[in-house]
Amino acid sequence: MSFPWAKPYEPQHPLMKWMDEKLPIPRLVYNATGPGYPVPRNLNYFWNFGVLAGAALVIQIVTGIVLAMHYAANAGVAFNSVEHIMRDVNAGWFIRYAHMNGASMFFIVVYLHIFRGLYYGSYKAPREMVWLLGVVIFLLMMATAFMGYVLPWGQMSFWGAQVITGFFSAIPVVGDPIRVWLLGGFAPDNAALNRFFSLHYLLPFVIAGVIILHIWALHIPGSSNPTGIEVKDEQDTVPFHPYYTAKDGFGVGVFLLVFVALTFFSPNLLGHADNYIPANPLSTPAHIVPEWYFWPFYAILRAFTFNFLWIDAKLWGVIAMFAAIALLFFLPWLDSSPVKSSNYRPLNRIFFWVLVIDVLILGFCGKSPAEQPYVIMSQLAAAYYFAHFLIILPIVSRIERPLPMPNSITEAVLAKHADESSAATA
Amino acid sequence: MVRPLGFLVGLGFIAALLCAIFTTPLSNEANASHEFHKEPKHLALSSDGLLPHWDKAKLQRGMQVYKEVCSACHSLNLVAFRDIADLGYSEGQIKSFAKSYDTIPSVNPDTGEPSTRTGLPSDHFPAPYANETAARAANNNALPPDLSLITKAREGGKNYVYSLLTGFQNPPANLPKELQPPTGLHFNPYFANLNLAMAPPLHDGQVTFADGSPNDVKAMASDVAAFLVWTAEPKLVKRHQVGWAAFIFLLIFTGLTYMSYRNIWADKKH
Repeated sequence: MSFPWAKPYEPQHPLMKWMDEKLPIPRLVYNATGPGYPVPRNLNYFWNFGVLAGAALVIQIVTGIVLAMHYAANAGVAFNSVEHIMRDVNAGWFIRYAHMNGASMFFIVVYLHIFRGLYYGSYKAPREMVWLLGVVIFLLMMATAFMGYVLPWGQMSFWGAQVITGFFSAIPVVGDPIRVWLLGGFAPDNAALNRFFSLHYLLPFVIAGVIILHIWALHIPGSSNPTGIEVKDEQDTVPFHPYYTAKDGFGVGVFLLVFVALTFFSPNLLGHADNYIPANPLSTPAHIVPEWYFWPFYAILRAFTFNFLWIDAKLWGVIAMFAAIALLFFLPWLDSSPVKSSNYRPLNRIFFWVLVIDVLILGFCGKSPAEQPYVIMSQLAAAYYFAHFLIILPIVSRIERPLPMPNSITEAVLAKHADESSAATA
Repeated sequence: MVRPLGFLVGLGFIAALLCAIFTTPLSNEANASHEFHKEPKHLALSSDGLLPHWDKAKLQRGMQVYKEVCSACHSLNLVAFRDIADLGYSEGQIKSFAKSYDTIPSVNPDTGEPSTRTGLPSDHFPAPYANETAARAANNNALPPDLSLITKAREGGKNYVYSLLTGFQNPPANLPKELQPPTGLHFNPYFANLNLAMAPPLHDGQVTFADGSPNDVKAMASDVAAFLVWTAEPKLVKRHQVGWAAFIFLLIFTGLTYMSYRNIWADKKH
């Protein structure tokens, strides 16, 4: 579906006409990311991150396929095969560092994309399905990244796999057999490494599939915008091409600049030194730490240290960690405010920034060793995290009095420009 | 329905966390070794920073220190003889260097019996011990780690290696009894456990450099740390060169995309 004023696809060249009759892929592209998709004219730079996440996925798939040509998924040789890529494969060091830092870049842009959605209420009707599919993509990304981190078979690979698969053993009674079944052994070893490699190769294509659904679901109501007011008529929109292709092109340039700086000048900045030590099941690292993008969730996992209601603290931690993500599925119904954008929600805006700080604190605690004062910090921050989504947000959306809103996107844009020009003349 | 249930779930998690807060002691277990542990000293090398280069003479000296001292116990499994071309050695020099190793495991082509041969440029530096058991047996049950990646595999990298090599000293007078080095271990405040199995490996004047460079402990430690930066990251200099080319290209590219973005939007208020 699209707006009635969307430019229709009218192939001129006989070949394109022939193609349109047989397999209308050019029509699909034209209507999805071309002149045939009208988009609100007032999107700010935070709307770049969806395209950037897509670019990051493409980079990961391309570099990953090349790495898989040289990598050997065998516990005996995996570590050295990565070093073979780093030392002997032509430009292998570049491909491997790009893949390693590409994962971080992917999470950076996806976190910004998610927080954009939280601030501007992008998860609300009529875009609930877009949000739900987005959370599915996020979960798939986490699974993919975790399994990818295991593949170099360094110390953190091995012990990370040990900790994460240990979650399953927290399930009462059947937990241990499930863990052994998933790992193909009593501890991570060759069987686990092989299936992780297989799944690590599979899941990005599943992600690509869910991204298509994510974009499809988005194109039914059309893109949201910083005012949260729905598109009313043609002057509220511009065609995606050339307006947003140009803006996204600039966004991709900035993204690549950061990516290149990280990959070439400080490729190990976000990694952990222990992963350059080959996996050794007999030697436990002093601090087992996951990759940075898991730190907030790792902090929530470790915050539960009390057997509350006779449920084991470890099980509480695992349930809470999964709940911290699962609650995002219910967000469209937890927040009942009809106003989308926090620009017009003074109370929600404050709590949004408190949440941002809270997640940063959780991340810091997840990185830090399990000592005081980090333990109590993570406990307080985890409590706030659940309070924010499950208690504060529903109450705020009920008691808050939104600010007056413009009647349309165009009115908001013109009012902004009137302000700017009056400020300029004054 | 979602909101009342969510409210209860939220209260449940918060109650569990409050119980956890009130039952977790606020003080950490005392760990005296923290007090005596030192952060690594800074070692400045030509391979630092955004415009690094290899100081080839220094890397050659570092390799000499590795060969004459470290290689008695530590392997360098990931480095091939051919790789030392980066250090400024010619093909002929590499061939004769490889040939000076005559214990490369091989098979006698006539009998098929295990035998040894001299090294080729494609061989890697041979390890001092046949396996882990032999290494532990010779080292009071401690395992000397492979050094190929050591500057990437330790927090602090080159600084840590340099500090460890120059940091052996007598234990301070106020060191608690339980932290005193047991027999066979050596006090070193830069090592996480304070006491380390490796004896001080370097002594002033131990290695004689052909170029007459200083050969006190600090100079040798600095040379070998520089060499181990290269073994861990042989593509470091190349990486920065390519990085700058890519970065400058992208600066121009991004500038152009910005101008076309402004140009296309010039007639649209947004």
